[in-house]
Amino acid sequence: MPKEAAKTKRSDSPFNHKARAIEPVDVFDPDEAQAEYLKRKKSQLALIKKTDKALLEEMLYQMILGRIFEERCAEVYRLGKIGGFCHLYIGQEAVAVGAITAIDKKRDYVIVAYRDHVQAMVAGISPEAVMAELYGKATGCVKGKGGSMHLFSKEHGFFGGHGIVGGQIGVGTGLAFAQKYRNDGGVTLCFFGEAAVNQGIFHESLNMAQLWKLPIVYICENNQYGMGTSLKRAMSLANIARKADSYGMYGEFVDGMDVMAVRQATMKAIERARNESLPSLLEVRCYRYMGHSMSDPGKYRTVEEIKKYQQRDPILLFKDSLKEAGVFDDSEFEQIEQRARKRVEEAVEFAEKSPFPSEDELLTDVLV
Amino acid sequence: MASKIFMPKLSPTMEEGQISRWLKKEGDEVQLNEPIAEVDTDKATMEMTALESGVLLKILVPEGASAKLGQIIGIIGKKGEDISQILAEINSAESAEKTSFEKEPAQPLETAETVSEQPSTSTTTVEDGRIFVSPIAARMAAEHGIDLKTVKGSGPGGRIIKRDIEQLLAKVEHKKEIPAVLPQVFKPAEATSVSAYREEATTPMRRTIATRLAQSIGPIPTFYLTVEIEMDRAIEFRQQINTRLTEEEKVSLNDIIVKAAAMALMKHPFVNSSYRDDKIRFYEDADIGVAVAIDEGLITPVIRKANRKGILEISREIKQLATRAREKKLQPEEYTGATFSISNLGMFGIKQFTAIINPPEAAILAVGSAMQIPVARNGNVEIHSIMHVTMSCDHRVIDGATGARFLQTFKQMLEDPISMLL
Amino acid sequence: MAELTMRDALNQALREELLRDERVFIMGEEVAQYDGAYKVTRGLWREFGDKRVIDTPISELGFAAIGVGAAMAGLRPVIEFMTWNFSILAADQIINHAAKMLYMSGGQFNIPIVFRGPNGSAYQVSSQHSQALEAMYANFPGLKVVMPSTPADAKGLLKSAIRDDNPVIFLEQEKLYGTKGEVPDDPDFTIPLGVADVKRQGKDCTIVARSLTVPIALQAAEKIEKEYGVSCEVVDPRTIKPLDIDTIVNSVKKTNRLVIVEESHQFCGVAAEITAQVNEKAFDYLDAPIKRISSAEAPMPYARNLEAAALPDVAKIVAAVKEVCYL
Repeated sequence: MPKEAAKTKRSDSPFNHKARAIEPVDVFDPDEAQAEYLKRKKSQLALIKKTDKALLEEMLYQMILGRIFEERCAEVYRLGKIGGFCHLYIGQEAVAVGAITAIDKKRDYVIVAYRDHVQAMVAGISPEAVMAELYGKATGCVKGKGGSMHLFSKEHGFFGGHGIVGGQIGVGTGLAFAQKYRNDGGVTLCFFGEAAVNQGIFHESLNMAQLWKLPIVYICENNQYGMGTSLKRAMSLANIARKADSYGMYGEFVDGMDVMAVRQATMKAIERARNESLPSLLEVRCYRYMGHSMSDPGKYRTVEEIKKYQQRDPILLFKDSLKEAGVFDDSEFEQIEQRARKRVEEAVEFAEKSPFPSEDELLTDVLV
Repeated sequence: MASKIFMPKLSPTMEEGQISRWLKKEGDEVQLNEPIAEVDTDKATMEMTALESGVLLKILVPEGASAKLGQIIGIIGKKGEDISQILAEINSAESAEKTSFEKEPAQPLETAETVSEQPSTSTTTVEDGRIFVSPIAARMAAEHGIDLKTVKGSGPGGRIIKRDIEQLLAKVEHKKEIPAVLPQVFKPAEATSVSAYREEATTPMRRTIATRLAQSIGPIPTFYLTVEIEMDRAIEFRQQINTRLTEEEKVSLNDIIVKAAAMALMKHPFVNSSYRDDKIRFYEDADIGVAVAIDEGLITPVIRKANRKGILEISREIKQLATRAREKKLQPEEYTGATFSISNLGMFGIKQFTAIINPPEAAILAVGSAMQIPVARNGNVEIHSIMHVTMSCDHRVIDGATGARFLQTFKQMLEDPISMLL
Repeated sequence: MAELTMRDALNQALREELLRDERVFIMGEEVAQYDGAYKVTRGLWREFGDKRVIDTPISELGFAAIGVGAAMAGLRPVIEFMTWNFSILAADQIINHAAKMLYMSGGQFNIPIVFRGPNGSAYQVSSQHSQALEAMYANFPGLKVVMPSTPADAKGLLKSAIRDDNPVIFLEQEKLYGTKGEVPDDPDFTIPLGVADVKRQGKDCTIVARSLTVPIALQAAEKIEKEYGVSCEVVDPRTIKPLDIDTIVNSVKKTNRLVIVEESHQFCGVAAEITAQVNEKAFDYLDAPIKRISSAEAPMPYARNLEAAALPDVAKIVAAVKEVCYL
């Protein structure tokens, strides 16, 4: 979009430090926690009132399921049931649930990075198939060949968990390219972490997506740490939403602790993609409670920092709002949680009982 | 410690062999299993391989000369090792020389002088005993029975290459085309017991025929010998034994047959042996496998050292093992490692049959039922209990006569059971 | 049959496949409006338009990724690298994504994509533009690697590659684009991947050559026959992976000698692989050590004489054949 770029005032250039604050405003500054929490609840309440109860229940259920599932993963990982890398999503549930419940499952695609368990389940892969995959069993969603980082399901339009930081941004752009090529009205949700923004593929992909007007929603899950390196130590211009400007693309900052806000922003971006065939970049600020992976001791941040974020936990916030809006009472919350807990136990049991893949599988699926 | 090379048994019927060519000369290094000489047996020209690695220190039987089975034909040891003591020992102990093959005295030894008188072969000198040869040339040489030591390599560093072998073969072909030139002369025999002979190299075609025929009949070239045995006295013998025993202890005719076979085996070591490519393994004892039919098929529990056991003991053991076999409780060591087997289908009324050898055993006896039939005897017709026994023999170790002699002994023991006690 | 250059044979293959299958599209730098940096895609944009023939920014990693994603979603992209040297920028997408997607997804997502472009040396273009990369790509399970040496092979193999359901690395050679040969015009003409072709029958020595080295090996074979009476068999594997080792082994069993000629570097290369496999499968048939002729163990120099010295040529092949034939 060179025309739009030309319209941009010189004073708005990111290279002019005086004219523009390049430090992002951290809306989650722990010191402003309470004020922000109340403000967020107010806007969430407004959205809840416009939303169908069954959907709200499904969203809450998926968030709780994701939380319990990941907590259970940590337990069985420590028992040696899960091998390799295991990246947990605890704290970020509002992003997957808010965004993926906004898609049309019949025609839209989802592609994600390696922190993919919860996104896979929200997209429709059963907790059993995900847990069995983590166990490396034949009944896993990719037959025990991918593991934690590589969950796929063609049936559910889930184009995989990908392990090379940023790689799926390009592949996701290709999915959107195919959707446009076939003119099938589909949209791709492409998830990645904020550290992937520093990869060349991010910039190459966003450039072409805007150039060719591809129906894609780039969702940057900014959990503020690329492994152990905080955003501020790794990114010269730490305002990711504004990087969309470089490509003349629509960019928006979203509160990733607010599932309704994520859903709202994603719905708008999907509409833009579906109706106008335009891409968007959403920077969704969230916070992961756990280490980068199970082998991360987390020495790069304080316990206090994590605790302050947990006070505004996305599930607590959502439950508070739902209660205040009178959608659910405590006993209903209890029921939903019990249902999720039971499902996770069933998934673990299924994974435990499933057989390992036959050794014949070693050399299958290398080529068609 | 230097060790002796004995003339090995290279064919089932071989009693002596003639060294047609030494593939190694004195001072050459030899590797375990490496061919060291070609030996003409009564049947074929065979390769004789080294049973250990070392240096060929002494050739005692020159090319063209014959040696009895087990005769010392050379000495292998470490380079430069002193073998004078062994030579002296061989010379002084000619009558006491025992071999692992036959308990026969060795032939008088060739002296070192005799050896040196033999014309030397046309070998080329190769440093350190190593021959450099391309893989295809080595294979062609092996296929045509060419001794690489006789070939001069034209490749880099004297490497023998395909071209060298081809040239050599072309010469041989050329010679074959004018057979009239070859003198039809018989060489006088070196050993008195052998007829004069004439040598002719076997052709590739002949060797191919030999290999193909062997392939055609399978890994164990088997033949069958059948004998009729009069069992009247054995039956009587059994009854006599059983009068002294309780009902559970009673012995069967088969128990007596097992005992007779074990005793006969002791007299015929080739039947109680096993063919192992480069050697024959003779067993000290007769461990007899007795075929037992079970629901799933067949299993042969083994009566160990049956030659050393009494009939009662054998009988008791067979009963126990058969019971355990039917209960599928046998341990592998209880049904593997027999030296000889017996399959008895007499109780099914089978008159005569052949059984399949259970490798690596050399033979199996197929025992039919003892049937009362009229027999012509001294001009009269008499009724006797006749039992047909067929032995399947591995021809690689057992020859027709060897097998026949065993059956003769076996028959004699059953027809006169008292002889078993002698 | 018509006599075509390899460039036109490739162009014909692309055109026929674009016509045959709506899912096929061509993407790369200068493939559309410029008619292709080496004119392989000449006329295709005019005929098929923006949707099917797409110019990209200079973003090799990015457009390779778009190809992978589009293939995952069921399209059949043909991605052109202006030269294979630039594919190294996209190696993450080719090796980490295209080659592994089918396996990682437990057989759910195959990647029917062709990456193509000129590979190997050109005319004095120096170190960063003269690399032959087949050994690198052939090392990874999940990729097929194809290297045609004649116009007919180029057409038949490219059509098979586009119809193949796996990622195919299709390595052309700039110096061969102008070579002419008879090319079948039947739109159903294809050559199966994984089948070698004996380009010249012989009985004394096998020369395995591919891509650019095939015509050089054929010239060398003529010269050796004339000057030394040695008859060479020239085997062109055409597909490096899967490799038709049987045809090579059968030839070596006949000739007992093997010379392998390649434009890539020697260390851990395709010739090394063929050598190892022949050792395993035909050791007893060899009359001489297998001889390899590869590019020099140095980046490609610019100077004309140095460049020539770095590459395989007729004289080097003749010398190698003489050596293995003990002449």
